[in-house]
Amino acid sequence: MSTDSSTSKETRNPAVDGTELIEFKDVTKRFGNNVVLDNLCFNVDSGKHVTLIGPSGSGKTTILRLLMTLVKPEEGTIKVAGDYLTHEQRDGKLVPASERHSREVRKNIGMVFQQFNLFPNMRVLRNITEAPVHVLGLPKDEAEQRARELLELVGLTEHIDKYPSQLSGGQQQRVAIARALAMRPQVLLLDEVTSALDPELVAGVLDVLRDIAHTTDITMLCVTHEMNFARDISDDVLMFDAGRVIESGSPEKIFSDPEHERTREFLSAVL
Amino acid sequence: MKWDWSAVSDFMPRLLDGVLVTLQALVLGSLIAFALGLVWAMAQRSNLKVISWPVMVITEFIRNTPLLVQLFFLYYVLPEWNVTFSALVTGVIGLGLHYSTYTAEVYRAGIDGVPVGQWEACTALSLPRTRTWSAVILPQAIRRVVPALGNYVIAMLKDSPMLMTIGALEMLGQARQFSAETFQPTEPVTVIGIVFILIAYPASLLMRALERRLVH
Repeated sequence: MSTDSSTSKETRNPAVDGTELIEFKDVTKRFGNNVVLDNLCFNVDSGKHVTLIGPSGSGKTTILRLLMTLVKPEEGTIKVAGDYLTHEQRDGKLVPASERHSREVRKNIGMVFQQFNLFPNMRVLRNITEAPVHVLGLPKDEAEQRARELLELVGLTEHIDKYPSQLSGGQQQRVAIARALAMRPQVLLLDEVTSALDPELVAGVLDVLRDIAHTTDITMLCVTHEMNFARDISDDVLMFDAGRVIESGSPEKIFSDPEHERTREFLSAVL
Repeated sequence: MKWDWSAVSDFMPRLLDGVLVTLQALVLGSLIAFALGLVWAMAQRSNLKVISWPVMVITEFIRNTPLLVQLFFLYYVLPEWNVTFSALVTGVIGLGLHYSTYTAEVYRAGIDGVPVGQWEACTALSLPRTRTWSAVILPQAIRRVVPALGNYVIAMLKDSPMLMTIGALEMLGQARQFSAETFQPTEPVTVIGIVFILIAYPASLLMRALERRLVH
């Protein structure tokens, strides 16, 4: 993992060695006059768990939303697994991606939302099988088998026939994790997944994520205010402020010996 | 004024014909209004201006002109271009088309009421557009709007006597014809008033039951 927000290097390295799973290059995102991401460059290597920390409005969540193509960058390029996400190559030129192209690249990415966003009109089982059946084309029984395994992983086997409204927030969020994993993504994006939960439900969700982080080789990109969780699972921590990465490093380094004054301020406020 | 039971029994066969026409117009008109309204609502959300704009203009136009004028147009003006329908078919199309512009607004509100997070979850799972609509958005949107749609069915029932003006003999048409022939307006008009209540009230009870089942 490396960060570089200084200059735009002339890198035309077509050699995708398979280790850089996510690559942000000179990405700028504005909402009106508000610059949310400012010429951001960073990479995430395959299998790494990277946590984004920083004050509200520093652009962390925007990164996840860019990767999900829920918002589009004004400038720069994003690559996932070697493919351009927001652009595609046509006649040797880089043009904005078609919805079809984005969808193909996006299949590598799963996302878990702060507000769970389960489908309230479907039972737990169908919440999980819907996309594998209708996007990946999996046979129904295979998708259901996969769903049962994932429900076991998140500890909700007995709730398979319930509707989301019959579950607690923590249980809903664990179903949402299972739903994202059912697509077998290479990358899992976690957007403040415990922020909407009652305090006593947070631990159950974090335990599940810890388990996944330690037993699978899935790449994780995680926005969180749970610093202990970040310390536990992260290979790298990126500290954001005003749309830039101001500091990055191992969790030990960032949490115990941060270099940047802004990082120290932030950590003393949240820890 | 005298109430004449024999006039009531004389009116019965025609009443049945009239009830049949009213119910046909109501059921078929509702189906058109429900289906077409959904098409309008989805077309208005289209990113393509060439679709959303004309649809908006057409629906605003239809909603803001009287049903009676539209019925006259369909029945008396369209034949000028050699488009001819029977009175009942014209009535069904007129009612359905007119009310589709109201149901479109109802659907629109229902679709807007689906949280944005549902769309985002569909994107995150790469669900295709058609699947997003059919499996996620519409089931949630329609659930919310069933009561409002039901109200328009009742309103359509109450507008159905307008079909009389183009010669579709629904209940009021039958009553008027009967009283013109017998000079006894009291009995047929009273009877059809009662029949309207007998249709409308159970229909609204049914809608309320549906609402309880769907909205939870």
